[in-house]
Amino acid sequence: MKFAVIVFPGSNCDDDMVYAVTEGLNAEAEKVWYTETSVADYDAILLPGGFSYGDYLRSGAIARFAPVMTSVMEEAEKGKPVLGVCNGFQILLEAGLLPGAMQRNQNLRFICRPTELVVENNQTGFTAGYKENETISVPIAHGEGNYFCDEKTLKKLRDNKQIVFTYKSNANGSVADIAGVINEKGNVLGMMPHPERAASDILGSADGLKLFQSILNHWRESHVLTS
Amino acid sequence: MSLLLEPSPKQIKDEKVYQEMGLSDEEFSLIEKTLGRLPNYTETGLFSVMWSEHCSYKSSKSLLKKFPTEGEKVLQGPGEGAGIIDIGDEQAVVFKIESHNSPSAIEPYQGAATGVGGILRDVFSMGARPIALLNSLRFGELNSPRVRYLFEEVVAGIAGYGNCIGVPTVGGEVQFDPCYEKNPLVNAMCVGLIDHKDIKKGQASGVGNTVIYVGPSTGRDGIHGATFSSEALSDDSDSKRPAVQVGDPYMEKLVMEACLEIVQSDALVGIQDMGAAGLTSSSAEMASKAGYGIEMDLDKVPQREEGMTPYEMMLSESQERMLLVVKKGREQEIKNICDRWGVLYAEVGHVTEEKNLRLLHKGEVTAEVPVDALAEDVPSVYLPSVEHSSFKKNQQIDASHYTVSDVKDTLIQLLQQPTIASKEWVYDQYDYMVQTNTVVHPGSDAAVVRVRGKNKALAMSVDCNSRYIYLDPEEGGKIAVAEAARNIVCSGGVPLGLTDCLNYGSPENPEIYWQLEKSTDGMSEACKLLETPVIGGNVSLYNESGAGAVYPTPVVGMVGLVEDLDHITTQSFKNAEDLIYVIGEAEAEFGGSELQKVLDGDISGKPPVIDLNVEKNRQTQILAAIQKGYISNAHDIAEGGLAVAAAECLFGTNYGAELTISGDKVASLFAETQSRFIVSVRPDNKEDFERIVTDAQHVGKVTSARQLVINDVSGQNVLQADVQELENAWKGAIPCLLKSKV
Repeated sequence: MKFAVIVFPGSNCDDDMVYAVTEGLNAEAEKVWYTETSVADYDAILLPGGFSYGDYLRSGAIARFAPVMTSVMEEAEKGKPVLGVCNGFQILLEAGLLPGAMQRNQNLRFICRPTELVVENNQTGFTAGYKENETISVPIAHGEGNYFCDEKTLKKLRDNKQIVFTYKSNANGSVADIAGVINEKGNVLGMMPHPERAASDILGSADGLKLFQSILNHWRESHVLTS
Repeated sequence: MSLLLEPSPKQIKDEKVYQEMGLSDEEFSLIEKTLGRLPNYTETGLFSVMWSEHCSYKSSKSLLKKFPTEGEKVLQGPGEGAGIIDIGDEQAVVFKIESHNSPSAIEPYQGAATGVGGILRDVFSMGARPIALLNSLRFGELNSPRVRYLFEEVVAGIAGYGNCIGVPTVGGEVQFDPCYEKNPLVNAMCVGLIDHKDIKKGQASGVGNTVIYVGPSTGRDGIHGATFSSEALSDDSDSKRPAVQVGDPYMEKLVMEACLEIVQSDALVGIQDMGAAGLTSSSAEMASKAGYGIEMDLDKVPQREEGMTPYEMMLSESQERMLLVVKKGREQEIKNICDRWGVLYAEVGHVTEEKNLRLLHKGEVTAEVPVDALAEDVPSVYLPSVEHSSFKKNQQIDASHYTVSDVKDTLIQLLQQPTIASKEWVYDQYDYMVQTNTVVHPGSDAAVVRVRGKNKALAMSVDCNSRYIYLDPEEGGKIAVAEAARNIVCSGGVPLGLTDCLNYGSPENPEIYWQLEKSTDGMSEACKLLETPVIGGNVSLYNESGAGAVYPTPVVGMVGLVEDLDHITTQSFKNAEDLIYVIGEAEAEFGGSELQKVLDGDISGKPPVIDLNVEKNRQTQILAAIQKGYISNAHDIAEGGLAVAAAECLFGTNYGAELTISGDKVASLFAETQSRFIVSVRPDNKEDFERIVTDAQHVGKVTSARQLVINDVSGQNVLQADVQELENAWKGAIPCLLKSKV
């Protein structure tokens, strides 16, 4: 299995994402430049954190039009796993692959700190390695992570179990403490916390590694079935 | 709006136009003599920025020569973008600190942001990838609305730049004293990692080689920034707001990645950032260092605005720009890298045999000046020195007697002093984890960043207690270096060397010059004894306003090597029942202490004295004990004394502690006697530890009850406090002063 880590101009967690996969899982990951036109050769697509295009205009608003995104959206449509972390989540929202939008953090400041998340849904290809309602420690680092959606969307998210992670202590003001949401189909996950920063004990937590492991396991299982 | 009518050479001389640019009569005559003619407007501008204190260190050079700058592991000392020290495995650490004080006083967000941008360029221009940022900040007291504004904006500016570019801001220090009210200090430090083979220098050699401009276009921002930074602030300093540059961290990210790719190419001859004095300093310095000249065609310089004059282009401090010298015929390779990263690339000139900086504009020679005259031959200014009037007075004040009626209340007050209080409000805004190597987060004695793929790490810290230096510059200078080394040692690192940022008032005041002289004497002595060479730094003078000068503030940025990841040690207690030791006896020394500040509202008297041999000995012993694995936690006893240090060891843990103190109660609890440490040791390591650390006094133990209990030798209770209550006071102090939620 091969992971693609998309590199937009201004991405700055691309290497960290590659390390989490290569060092943490001993799996294969490659950086894919934003001007590439196809990601069809990869089995999972990771959109890393950072400040794509300087976050000018609005976080993720320009990256969403980068050439590579056409193929990312096609592969997402086909059911390939797509994970967007932090700026990657913002890009997925801008691209319409996930519902909702981001506002500035409630305190209007950037926040970087370790946070505790609750795994609300472990029945996904990204979270199967966690126990239901398990508390995990994964850091946040963002200025615009205050997730917002209207009542109707929130109800839909709840009904479909699309809320995958919530904050135990809500630092940014997100609606319903939402830290991560998945699409209806269950193959596109966006989350503000950085699982790639919780990839080894020496960094304070290895809880994020299970997320990448889950993607890998899910692929292996489905690969065995189809072959 | 361009300066269509530039004064003629004769007008410049007759009307003394050069004085407005910061040149003295003597300097102007020397320029005239060097050129053998009168300089034109552009040339006068070139000299004025290159000969400013900011670029030339003309009045501090003679003092900087005292610093030890060599050592077995030093690969590059002062003189390049940043210094370099060997860390084994064909790798090296590159680091430097720089001030951005004046811009931050006028426009705090952009001033601080561009300070970060500038120091990053200094490091990646050496070919190193920046792996960490630190900062040292000084403000007035937080009860002033202006100070709160400066503080909040400076922090936001540092965060805005560092977070975006993706270099973690892992540590720093913030202190508050009234002398900084009008003159905040904003010093930024960057640490980079490099393979020996990739080390690049800012040299323009090889006649005919191409001079290439990389980065965004040149605008009219920051013109005369270097000159502005070399004078005192006044009420009309606000009118100099246009001299403050505007930063674009996204652009710098692209320029940085492009440059780090370019340094891998053997087509590159030299590279330097366009920092203070922009295109002028980068071209003149690169040529002068290599013993060549440069000819540039200014029409080829990318320009943001129409009608820019040579003067404006040469003096602009537009950000995120680099100057490269590339082997003739290999330009396309470099252009391809720039194109890939979407970064502007322009061939603007070539290296010449003749050692001149020759500028063409619209087909004509608009300036021609010897590069050495600009970069090397700056006349030193020797300034008179007179003992500061406060010194003798303070030497005579007895600061050894203080009474404390309520120990717990005093401890809480100390923990709430903004200089001691938790800086979480600050570092919560910095991305300190990006690059996923930050092993010890902000808040401990030193930050620790691992070296990926190796079983080693770098410890880094910035320190300076300027109160001590104000009271006794020489003693305080020694302490600044010793304390930085102490913090590195407590984290498990071997101190490698330091970079310094010397922030003072106007050196033309003999009393300030005396402070500069004495404090650098003290620092030099400590550097020699502790074997920590100075590999580079920055001097920021004229930090004064109508209200007076800042305290002499020579900030020390130190880096140490943690030779094994198992050596990494933090200041938090680790296990209940661990034995607590204090190394070093407390003396009744309260001059410049936090206790004195709380009780008297001001500082006076003599600061603590330091015996550098004792310091060295204890540091060596503690480091050896850490490396052997005998120590669970280590913390230096600094501001607020033992009581504050013990509380800090408890914060963020689930433990408490029981301690017994002997001797004078107030001194034992609150004195800031130097070369002292508090450490904890597992009971089974007791004998091994005591054998190595000979001055260690067993004073108590870590407990599982969250109480800090201190008794005297007779068994009488001195303090009993709930750790949570102390921690709340310590954590809440700064947000409370800012009336802001955590």
